[in-house]
Parts: sequence; C-alpha cells; structure tokens
Amino acid sequence: MTPVSSATGEHAGDEAGTSWFYNPRVRGMIFQLLVVAALLGVVAFFAYNAKTNLERAGIASGLGFFSERAGFDISQTLVPYTNDSTYFRAFLVGLVNTLLVASIGILIATVIGFIVGVARLSKNFVIRQLAQLYVEILRNVPLLLQLLFWYKAVLSVLPSPRQSLEPVSGVFLNNRGLILPEVIGQPGSGLIGYAILSAIAGAYGIWRWARKRQLATGKQFPSLLVGIALIVLLPLLTFFVTGMPVDLSYAELKGFNFAGGTVVNPEFMALLLGLSLYTAAFIAEIVRAGILAVSHGQTEAAFSLGIRPRRTLQLVVIPQAMRVIIPPLTSQYLNLTKNSSLAVAIGYPDIVAVFAGTVLNQTGQAVEVIIITMLVYLTISLSTSAFMNWYNRRVALVER
Amino acid sequence: MTKKFLTIALGAALGLSATAASAATLDDVKAKGFLQCGSNTGLAGFAAPNDAGEWTGLDVDTCRAVAAAIFDDPEAVKFTPLTAKERFTALQTGEVDVLVRNTTWTMTRDTTLGLNFTGVNYYDGQGFMVRKSLDVTSALELSGASVCVQTGTTTELNLTDYFKANGMEYQPVVFEKLEEVNAAYDANRCDVYTTDASGLYSIRLQLTNPGDHVVLPEIISKEPLGPVVRQGDDQWFNLVKWTLFAMVNAEELGVTSANVEEMKGSDNPSIKRLLGVDGKFGESIGLSNDWAVRIIKHVGNYGEMFNKNVGPDTPLGIERGVNALWSKGGLQYAPPIR
Repeated sequence: MTPVSSATGEHAGDEAGTSWFYNPRVRGMIFQLLVVAALLGVVAFFAYNAKTNLERAGIASGLGFFSERAGFDISQTLVPYTNDSTYFRAFLVGLVNTLLVASIGILIATVIGFIVGVARLSKNFVIRQLAQLYVEILRNVPLLLQLLFWYKAVLSVLPSPRQSLEPVSGVFLNNRGLILPEVIGQPGSGLIGYAILSAIAGAYGIWRWARKRQLATGKQFPSLLVGIALIVLLPLLTFFVTGMPVDLSYAELKGFNFAGGTVVNPEFMALLLGLSLYTAAFIAEIVRAGILAVSHGQTEAAFSLGIRPRRTLQLVVIPQAMRVIIPPLTSQYLNLTKNSSLAVAIGYPDIVAVFAGTVLNQTGQAVEVIIITMLVYLTISLSTSAFMNWYNRRVALVER
Repeated sequence: MTKKFLTIALGAALGLSATAASAATLDDVKAKGFLQCGSNTGLAGFAAPNDAGEWTGLDVDTCRAVAAAIFDDPEAVKFTPLTAKERFTALQTGEVDVLVRNTTWTMTRDTTLGLNFTGVNYYDGQGFMVRKSLDVTSALELSGASVCVQTGTTTELNLTDYFKANGMEYQPVVFEKLEEVNAAYDANRCDVYTTDASGLYSIRLQLTNPGDHVVLPEIISKEPLGPVVRQGDDQWFNLVKWTLFAMVNAEELGVTSANVEEMKGSDNPSIKRLLGVDGKFGESIGLSNDWAVRIIKHVGNYGEMFNKNVGPDTPLGIERGVNALWSKGGLQYAPPIR
C-alpha cells in the first residue's frame, strides 16, 4: 500500500481487516436494492392482478384503441383533426389545448403578478391598497368558482352573433367567441416567417454585443429600442418587398354564426382569464416577498453611488430578488398547469375533457386513460420544473 | 372529483382483489338490506328528487321494482347520482348493484365494458331543441350551428354522424354535467341542445322560459335505454331482466297495482303463473314466488310506471308512442312467464 494522508489512511485502515459485510457502503447498497426489488414486486403484483381481473370481468384492456377512429368532434383543434381521426389524434388535440392555455396563462400571470407585486410596495396609498384588494380577493376565492364566474360573465356580457360587437373592422365579439380574420399565406409568405425569426436572432445578437461592450468599456447602447425596431421593421419590409403575399379572410355572418375566420372560444377566454388572474395574485405575493428580502442597505448603497431609482430597481434590487422569487414561482407555474384541468367544468376541450372524458367513455378503458393522463401532467410538470431549476441556477448568486 | 375517486377505486379494486368477488350480488344485497342503484344526477321524469326529497322517475321506479321484488319494500333502495362519465366505472367497481340511468344499449357497451344490459325500459331517440326565435323547423336547417352536448354519451357520436351524413358543419360545446349543459344552453352559448328526445322534454321544463324553446321533429338515432348489471352474475342478471318483463307482462294481462290482490283469484293461467299462484317461477331467480305481486303492488305495471312519471298527464306529457305494448303497435314486448 502506498503511503496515504492521515485522513484517508484512517478510513482505509478500518476497511482492511473487516469483512465486506460490515462495510457501511456495501450494506447501504444491499438494503437499497432490497427496497427497490420489493417495490417493483408490489407494482408487478398490482399490475398483474389488475390485468387478470380486467380480463376476468370482460373489460377490454391495452392501448389498441389509440389507432381506432374517434368519431366525435372537438370545438378547438390546433392540430389537424376531424371526426375520422384516431383517438391518438384526439389525445394530441387535448394535449395541445392544455399546453396552449397553460403557456399563455403563465405569461399573463407572470406579467400581472409582477405589476401587482410591485404595486403592493408602491408609495402611493391608492395603488398599494388596490393591489392588496386584488390579491386578497382573488387568492381567497376557490378557483373553480372563479372560473364559473368568468364563464358566466363572458357569456352574459357578450351579445348573440346577430348583434355582434365589431370593435375593429373585421373583428367580431359575441358569445360564440372572438372572431378574427383568418390569415391565409400566398406563395412567398414563408419569407416573412424567416424574417421574423432572423430579426429575433439579430436582436438577441445585438443585445449580447451591447452587454459585452458595456462590461468592457462602460459605453451604453440602446439595444432594447434597436431590437424592437428590428423585430417590427424587418418583417414589414419583407412583407412589402415580396408584394404583400398575405390575404385576410374576413368572417361573415351566415345563418347562425360566422363562417370563416379564426375563432377564439369563450371557454378559452374564461379559462385563461380565471387561471391567470388567480395565479397572478399568488405571484404578486411572491414578488413582494422577493423584493422585501433584499436588504434596504442595497438600495441605499445604490442611491449613494448616484444610481437613479429605476436603474436601482433594475440592476440592484430585482436581480437579487429573483433568487428568492424563482423557486416559489416554479410552484405557481406548476399549479397553473395542473389547475387548467378544471377546464372540464366550463367545457374547454383540454386533455382531461377530451381524453379523460370523451375518449375514456367511448372506449371504456378507464385504467389506461387515467394513467396516461396522469403521466402527461407529470411530464409537463417535471419539464417545467427542470427548466425553472436551470433558470434558477443561472440567476442564483454567483460568488466571485 | 368523484370521477377520479371512482377510477382510483377501480384500479384499487382490480389490483387488490386477487380473488375477484365472483359475486352473488343478490346475496350481497340481501345481507346489506337495501339495493344500491346508480341513477341520473337529475333528469325530471326519469330520476330526480321531488319536493319532498324523494327520488322519483321512470328509472327510479325500475330500481324500486327490483327492491320490491327482493324485499317487498320499494323504499329499500339507495340512489347514487352519477354523471354520464362516471356511470360505468361505478357499476364495474361494485359501487352500485344496478345502473338505471337512461343508458343507451350499444354493442360496445354490452361487449367490452364487462357489463350486461337486461332490457329496455324506454325506447328513445336523439332529437334537437332550439329557440323558437331562430325560426328553424327542421334539423336539416342547422348547418353552422353551435351545439351543446354532454360528454361520454352516444349523443356525442350520433351528432357527429348526423351532421356529417347531411354535409353540414357545426361546433360542438361539450360539458361533463347535465346541469352545465343546461346552463350553457340557457345562457345562449349554443343554438342547439341535443340529447335523447325524452331528455329534451324534461330539460325544457328546467329552462328559464320553457315556452321559448321547441323540440324539432327529427329523431336521428335509436336509443334503447335500459338497466345494466355486471357481467358474470347470471342469477342477478336474470332477476333484473325478469323484473322488467314482469311489469310488461302485467300490463299486457291487465294486472295493475289496484287489482293485483283480486287478480290472484283469476282463472287465466298466464296471470296465475305471473302472480305465483301456479308454478315456482320466483324460486328460479332466488326470490319468493309472489315476487311479481310485490312489484306490481308497490310500483305498478309498466304502463302505470310510464304514465305516472312521463306520461301525457305529467308535465313532460310524453305519448306512449313506440313505448306502447307490442299489441298496441309499440315495441314493449316481454317473453312469457311459463
């Protein structure tokens, strides 16, 4: 044996004379393996029983139904779907609808939450009280009731199709939804998409460059303004250069309802409104807590260096507050996603309504359908959580 | 949330019971002292609590008839209100002993769910209801309409087929609970409400202004509604099946709740067999021989049950139509007791 330092030498000396059986690491491993084996055994036992009992009761099982024709229609389909599509398509439609309302809901809830959270700390009495009122009312009423309220409100405030509101020419608002002109791309319209993408990439590049330059030389560059200008102007320029290759198909009142156009369902509006306003109330409190967690000394130090209040908030307070805000914010994002399953109460075709509702009933395969639905929510939540953890590590205090 | 609970219960029941309770449902029911019956959450005329909080309706009476046959007591039954989505799981898990919840008899349901339909207590068909103000007289004029419908029903599929077959477009608005569909239609979210025609008449009564709505003449599907039991318990299947047959036979033979006692003295051999004066028909389904007397005495024959709950003299005012006896031009027909 080569000479070793005293710290590890002591440890190695322990192991030398005794049997592997008394090595705590080996023992730990053995017991963990035993636990895992027992767990697997229990799962297998239940799975086997469930399978044989389903067979004995004459209940169909397996995932074969996925490739069968669905035979029902869905009111909001972002992926191509007709009643001739398979159950798997129907599953995808539900999944995309859930992801849509969750992602837009998260964006809106974050924006409102930050505004209200900062307003809670405002020096202005009225703003402060209004923000508090918002938080206290919205977070203390059950979400399901709020959803029913918004749905009822949306339906009763809006007129019937024949008396539609027309806030902007070609845009109609009634209790069948918000009807927008449909954008139909002509040949060449693909270029506009590329223009938008390259403008975004360009804006990001400019921002990186400006930041680097500022760190190196201290010179500032209005990267935000230039970025926005780029994102707006480049696609517009492409639009005109390619000879305006986009048609708008306006909706027309035909019979009962508007035909043509893109429809945003009232169910979607109510669900989005309910979810984002409710979650925003929690986010507001998290933001407030995060800002209060930054010691006032930091602000005073910034002021004494002559940094203006807005820049202080932007450069000193918020970056430090983010460290406190991100972990609970992640929980709120997960909550919002999971709460979107309440859509079933107001008829929004999310994955629970479409898949764990109609599909479950038409196929009768409750066990498979519910397990898949649970796995979907688990996957969405773990992905969100992984992304937020990555972001958290980025904003976490880096010691230099 | 009941749905989740039921599914978990199903999983648990299937996972745990290595020796599946192969089920003498009748023995279980007798031991419990009451029948657990899955019913609608509230559909007037079929299953809904009345002013006094008692469950009434055609489906409810079908359950009461089974209870009467077993216990000689139509009150020995407890009702579990179920949504369309929950109903089959509730029966599969054993949460209810029998499901009588205006459930359409289809091949898929009969063959892949581990369930058996025991008969038809109401022949129905799917219809459409619209506002009178729309000036629509036929379902063929409904192209482009928004249609309110309940999830997990044959209705949802028939609707698709009908609009497709007639080359019309529509927008489905799908809800889980009947109350939610009603509220959405009442709030003018949809132009059209579709479900079984009997249901439309019942639902119309619950709307804000029943007079403003009209049920269109088209019936677009066959909806034979009937009681359902679990597969694998033939004794129980026979009992529920023959309870309904006894009621239809009683109507055909002119036996009513009012005259059942004096009919026991009848010379008609068919009546004698029905009422247990002759033969041991009750024993063959595990009951006493006066089983049919109990049903008729407490609940009445099929015609009485129909008229009391949905017939012309009730708020629903439904004519017998196809639900008349076969001898009167309808479809209600029961095999003979002999």
